[in-house]
Amino acid sequence: MENDNLLEIRNLFVEFHTDDAVVHAVNGVDLTLKKGETLGLVGETGAGKTTIARTILGILPKPQGEVTGGEVVFEGEDILKLPERGMRKIRGDKIAMIFQDPMTALNPIDRVGDQIAEAISLHNQIGKSDVRLRAMDMLEMVGIPRERYNEFPHQFSGGMKQRVVIAMALACNPQLLLADEPTTALDVTIQAQVLNLMRDLKKKLNTSVILITHDLGVVASICETVAVIYAGEIVEYGTAEQIFDHATHPYTRGLFDSLPSIDDKDVKLKPIKGLMPDPTNLNPGCKFYDRCEYATAACKDTHPEALDIGEGHLVRCLHIDNGEGGAK
Amino acid sequence: MSALLEVQNLKKYFKTPGGLLHAVDDVNFTIEEGKTLGVVGESGCGKSTLGRTILHLLDPTDGKILFEGEDITAPSRKKLSEMRAKMQIIFQDPFSSLNPRMSVSETIMEPLQLHGGMGKEEMIEQTKALMDTVGLAERFWGSYPHELDGGRRQRIGIARAIALRPRFIVCDEPVSALDVSIQAQILNLLVELQEKQKLTYMFVTHDLSVVKYISDDILVMYLGQVVEKAGSHELFAHTLHPYSKALLSAIPVPNIHAKNVAIPMKGEITSPINPKPGCRFYARCPYAEERCQKPQTLEEVLPNHFVSCCRVRELNDLA
Amino acid sequence: MKKKKNRGHSAEVWYRLKKNKLAVVGMIVIIIVILVAVLAPVLAPYSYDKQDLMHTFAKPSAEHLLGTDKFGRDNLSRLIYGARSSLSMGLGATVLSCIFGLTLGAIAGYFGGVVDNIIMRFCDLFSCVPYLLMCVVISAILGPSLMNAIIAMSLAHIPGSARLLRASILSVRDMEYIEAAKAIDSPHAHTILKHVIPNAIAPSIVSITMGIGGCILSGATLSFVGLGAQPPLAEWGCMLSEGRSLMRDHMELVLLPGIAIMITVLAFNLFGDGLRDALDPRLKN
Repeated sequence: MENDNLLEIRNLFVEFHTDDAVVHAVNGVDLTLKKGETLGLVGETGAGKTTIARTILGILPKPQGEVTGGEVVFEGEDILKLPERGMRKIRGDKIAMIFQDPMTALNPIDRVGDQIAEAISLHNQIGKSDVRLRAMDMLEMVGIPRERYNEFPHQFSGGMKQRVVIAMALACNPQLLLADEPTTALDVTIQAQVLNLMRDLKKKLNTSVILITHDLGVVASICETVAVIYAGEIVEYGTAEQIFDHATHPYTRGLFDSLPSIDDKDVKLKPIKGLMPDPTNLNPGCKFYDRCEYATAACKDTHPEALDIGEGHLVRCLHIDNGEGGAK
Repeated sequence: MSALLEVQNLKKYFKTPGGLLHAVDDVNFTIEEGKTLGVVGESGCGKSTLGRTILHLLDPTDGKILFEGEDITAPSRKKLSEMRAKMQIIFQDPFSSLNPRMSVSETIMEPLQLHGGMGKEEMIEQTKALMDTVGLAERFWGSYPHELDGGRRQRIGIARAIALRPRFIVCDEPVSALDVSIQAQILNLLVELQEKQKLTYMFVTHDLSVVKYISDDILVMYLGQVVEKAGSHELFAHTLHPYSKALLSAIPVPNIHAKNVAIPMKGEITSPINPKPGCRFYARCPYAEERCQKPQTLEEVLPNHFVSCCRVRELNDLA
Repeated sequence: MKKKKNRGHSAEVWYRLKKNKLAVVGMIVIIIVILVAVLAPVLAPYSYDKQDLMHTFAKPSAEHLLGTDKFGRDNLSRLIYGARSSLSMGLGATVLSCIFGLTLGAIAGYFGGVVDNIIMRFCDLFSCVPYLLMCVVISAILGPSLMNAIIAMSLAHIPGSARLLRASILSVRDMEYIEAAKAIDSPHAHTILKHVIPNAIAPSIVSITMGIGGCILSGATLSFVGLGAQPPLAEWGCMLSEGRSLMRDHMELVLLPGIAIMITVLAFNLFGDGLRDALDPRLKN
């Protein structure tokens, strides 16, 4: 068995307990990530993507959030079993996370350079001046002049704030970077700049990245593998080429059909009917059942397994025929 | 077809401690009945302010607004009231645009109560019909915004906007806050309503793919000014202004074979407070020259295609 | 599919409130105190000023369950009637100050500009003087009596409640649904009543509830220094004042009204706290 897998998530189940009911946020997720690979985790609101990231980092809200099954194996060790002390060593150092909103991710009363320096000094026993130098190097690496070390977050624009956040995350050269919708809050032109930056950096530092997003365009521009998540399950997984050129699962295809395209002329939008299912009351069979135009009676009760339809392209659907999910 | 809305030299400035903020600066356009004008730009370009100024949610600083041929730039109280029934708005945020204390039916009925002059029975009938038109099941009659998802909340906003049978609606980023699959549902609904009720839209968005889908004509705005104005197909076939080109190239396309190299823009957006005369894109334009610092004008460069750039012809090999 | 009941905002708040044990305890005590106050003539065995000079300082017995005071008046009856006076001070002052304070705050917050400035500067003037001092001064000017104490307290309280509602309105004013109301040509009064106030009132409701407790306390204080309820009126603060000099030998004359004040104010505070938590929108999701 090859084991240059940096991260392996096996059969992960996560629940949230509220006063009224139990939310089944993650339902049996399997994922692997190699060193230097960029995986796009695509899904809509409530699909469970952020929950997975939080679980990896061990920052699920307690006591509501609970891992009820599965393993998260990082560098050969199940980090779900690590005590908080052990996780603290990993967070920021080996696994780092970038959150969605750059406006609130930075401490407004701390200098920008100091915030990066803090990330460094928490995990490295080196002298203060060395820490400062390294922080300045990080600033330059993300395209911000070193002289701006002493400035405060409010003096930076949204795009630049996000660069600082990236600098903080990469300051300790982590093996794994979790990026939760890192460009969603940014303008399109700034998004392009930040994506370019991320592409360069990950190549330079050979960082593995899990990019969480709902934007298929962003996935196409930066990810090598893609996992499509719906109602806490991976419904389709494959290389970028497999997903974009041969999307199979009806949900994935529905996502592509919902997008108004820049290229095609006047193609009518084909939205997916209905809404995301209630996570407190999920269908035991196929979770996409009530929105799928190809659903049959079997789909309601039978839970589809993830089938390999060729070269590692996995699809979770009962009706696959000639590479068409839901097949007639 | 006659122009339903005509805007001439519209300006909206705000006084700030730092100086005068030129949010909307000298904007001109007309929209014909039944058509959609897309207004595209990034944050700070003034597109939302433009929509609100036209509806008098903000008062214009200068310029003229003509609706149905009448000058409504400084309307009387009575005129404003009439106008409000004919010109409506759909907001971006499906949560903050609804009063959390009012149920679905109360929110939709409110404009009817304030304007309609209808009896109770009739208002209830009308509200039911509106809910049906926008695809809200009757069982949501007594629901509250926090119980519903973004898509349904946006439908409430749409029902409220069409309650008084307006002729013109400003759609301020109506799908930006929604999930992809819901976006498509709402966009289809908006298109359907336009056909059925002969509505005229001004569709404000930052998303170029959405604006292409729904607009007949497009205005590209940057820092309060219109930099390019053309028909929808024309704009995408011949993108002329450097900013429009940069904007278009920056969109990540969901296609791994697309050879889209983002045209680089230097630096960050400049301030709209006390702007210097001349092209506002000057500081970031890869083709900037001395003469760009002189005031630019919107010229017709191709048939019905206007651009505000002194170098547009040479950069695009045009006569 | 489990059917979710449509819970309006108020119903949601009530539901959350009920789950808070302490708040429920507070609520029950408040209801009891109010009932006692309202049914005083029925519940109290004697009138509050019925003297019995033959049986002064009597120990608790079947005829006088909590004993008597220095004039032979039944302590239990005075305690029960005291609920009336104290509660009327607390509620009266709060209600009065609300009517004016909230109106001023609403106008200042909604219209802003010059109007806001004028109203707030008036409030600033009043706020310069410490609350209790203000009450004392106004009471002294008007003359010592229960009614005047209520007026004094409400006047002193107006700036605080105005400012609170104004602050709340300032944050609601910028919400898009207010803009939406403008877009459908809602007249100012309608917007304020239907959209602004219901969404801005939450902090004020909490403040009002806590304020009742506070006014009971201030009322007792005023009576204690002789500016509020006048003897022979049974008011807990008055009783405290009368019992003070006799504290060494007759502790109960101070303890009984003291505990009554404490329990009542505590109940209002617990309820107010619970209400604040129940109204907190962050707990909504």
